[in-house]
Amino acid sequence: MLKQLECSRAIAEVIARCRPEVICAYPITPQTHIVEALSELCRTGELAPCEYINVESETSALSVAVGASAAGARAYTATASQGLLHMAEVVYNAAGLGLPIVMTLGNRALGAPINIWNDHSDAMALKDAGWIQLFARDSQEAVDLHILAFRLAEELSIPVMVCVDGFVLTHSVEPLDVPSQEQVDRFLPPYHPVQVLDVSDPVSIGAMVGPEAYTEVRYLAHHKQQRALERLPELAAELAVILGRTSGALLHPYRLDDAETIVVAMGSVTGTIEVAIDELRATGLAIGAIALCAFRPFPLVELAQALAPAKRVIVIERSLAPGLGGALASNVRMALQGGAIPVRTVIAGLGGRPITRVSLRRLFTSAAQDALDDLTFLDLDTGAIDRELARWGDQRRSGPSAENLLRDTRRPR
Amino acid sequence: MSDQRIRFYQTGTFTVGNRLLDPSDRAVQASTARANALTSGHRACQGCGEALGARYVLDAAMRATGNQLIAVNATGCLEVFTTPSPETAWQLPWLHSLFGNAAAVATGVAAAMRVKGKPVRVIAQGGDGGTTDIGFGCLSGMFERNDDVLYVCYDNEGYMNTGVQRSSATPPTARTATTPAMGPERGNVFGTGKSLPLLAMAHNLPYVATATVADLHDLEAKVTCAMGIHGARYLHVLVPCPLGWGHPTDETIRMARLAAECGLFPVFEAVDGEVVSSTPIRRRVPVEAYLRGQKRFAHLFDGPTPDPRIARLQALADQNIRRFRLQPEVTP
Repeated sequence: MLKQLECSRAIAEVIARCRPEVICAYPITPQTHIVEALSELCRTGELAPCEYINVESETSALSVAVGASAAGARAYTATASQGLLHMAEVVYNAAGLGLPIVMTLGNRALGAPINIWNDHSDAMALKDAGWIQLFARDSQEAVDLHILAFRLAEELSIPVMVCVDGFVLTHSVEPLDVPSQEQVDRFLPPYHPVQVLDVSDPVSIGAMVGPEAYTEVRYLAHHKQQRALERLPELAAELAVILGRTSGALLHPYRLDDAETIVVAMGSVTGTIEVAIDELRATGLAIGAIALCAFRPFPLVELAQALAPAKRVIVIERSLAPGLGGALASNVRMALQGGAIPVRTVIAGLGGRPITRVSLRRLFTSAAQDALDDLTFLDLDTGAIDRELARWGDQRRSGPSAENLLRDTRRPR
Repeated sequence: MSDQRIRFYQTGTFTVGNRLLDPSDRAVQASTARANALTSGHRACQGCGEALGARYVLDAAMRATGNQLIAVNATGCLEVFTTPSPETAWQLPWLHSLFGNAAAVATGVAAAMRVKGKPVRVIAQGGDGGTTDIGFGCLSGMFERNDDVLYVCYDNEGYMNTGVQRSSATPPTARTATTPAMGPERGNVFGTGKSLPLLAMAHNLPYVATATVADLHDLEAKVTCAMGIHGARYLHVLVPCPLGWGHPTDETIRMARLAAECGLFPVFEAVDGEVVSSTPIRRRVPVEAYLRGQKRFAHLFDGPTPDPRIARLQALADQNIRRFRLQPEVTP
């Protein structure tokens, strides 16, 4: 049933229907509305039995989830940005221990400069921690992916991060369907751990492993990701039957028929890209798009197949790997290795800068004419950059760049 | 046959001999029914105080809980020497996650037990580095939330696992690999460090206690007491380290005893933030008697005259004795 809901509220409600037993939370914008709503659902008894624990840091938030999960409880937490970096050591640890924790990441830029708005810098920073990373293209998929996440996590004993664009999705209000308890129960069985702290059958979990077996342990982490490549589409299909809509996939293709230019992106920018593509298609441009849902595991084969007919690939990158370009584009190039399809990286929407339909249309048009460099920064204010570079050249003590740029952009010119 | 009067303290050490006690008063460790939660075959150094302390703590906790116990371990010596995979010395469910998060992981285990309605208790344990330094944020959070966890710190006053570096539990003047006996002020400096038991008390915990491996009956009794209480509890156990302290491996117990008897390590219990009892010093010794036996303090004694910092250490011991009333017969 569709209800006018904020995405965060809907995520909280679907989490509650996934029957988590331990929820631990430390507030960070833009994740707060999710954990606030969950605290309410726990207080009112709507979500029970469940332990809701207010912790003193993100390190503790995920550590509590580690303990709870190892003790056999279904555990959930949510974070964003600096919070993810703060808990980075535990992020790796949870994956290394193979604990099926589900965590929502309200994607947000990383400081410095401090910035609370949306991009994918946080998720990319921990892309190789061993978690499955699923990116929601819209609010409804953000809701549904969480059910999928618990099922996939527990089946493979691997943690899953559901990446939801901060503000753009987390704080948007629109008609959403929160799957019913009966629907969730049909899809998500109770948690049966493969390893558990049990006084009647004591095991040691988290022992030191030397060179004799470390590689094999790491290999199994890779193996689980490979299994997820197979299971994710199957589970998504199963969920689609229950929900009557498609949510979750390795990737979502859009107007790929005879497309010569294919745009690859993740998250909420997909919607704007599709609108721009519709407009360009109407002008006769053969262009399509792929919204990657699974970034880890990365669907190398499926992506290569989908991109095979293209003459060029444009990657809209919501984070920057300074000194290289972008993480997503690097991965896309790996999918296309050995082929002749050029891949162009476009850094866009950093720190919440709007990615407009107009900018995209201009970008795609010039891409279709093969006029793009390998690396492009969408809507970059080159004047501001030139002025700051000039300051660097003029004086040693040129001052903090971020403040200089801000002053420049606010000064009437 | 004439009666022989039994004196408990006949060994000259003030240690109560188990064999002289009524069976019901004997140590958990003296019982064949002990859990051996930390069993033999592990790889601790000879004379390791931490291995001894952990063994007594966990077996006492196992008895107190009817073996309904899960242990969470911080990274450190205790974790490394007990679990060179695939071997494990632990005979209870045991989880190691990271260096700095044992208290929070234990909170999660306790939450899982509560939500599942299982009457299983949780101990978190770590060394002084994992407790007073890198794990302190998580620990303070666990304390403040009054989570149902007994946290045990095995304090050997330094990062012994990584090669004897300074921690915030390293005493002033002690030589470590990062406070070498060099320069104008050799060893660790005065005016630094922190007392975790006092910090724990500042969280108004229902139970805080200190103990040493020189008085194992007392250690077991405090663990038993702690497991009889719910909420966040803290036990700080002094565990000499022959490697880091530089004393012979058969002197571990003596060093722990001297630490308490000179006053540098006060042994006490606190309830709801107030000290309720302290173990009186029976035969007070000057700090020099404690310091002289350890190579980490050797630089205090290598000059033609006594290092004036010995007097400053003595002043710290005297302050402890006044503060924790370790010599009740002496009016402060």
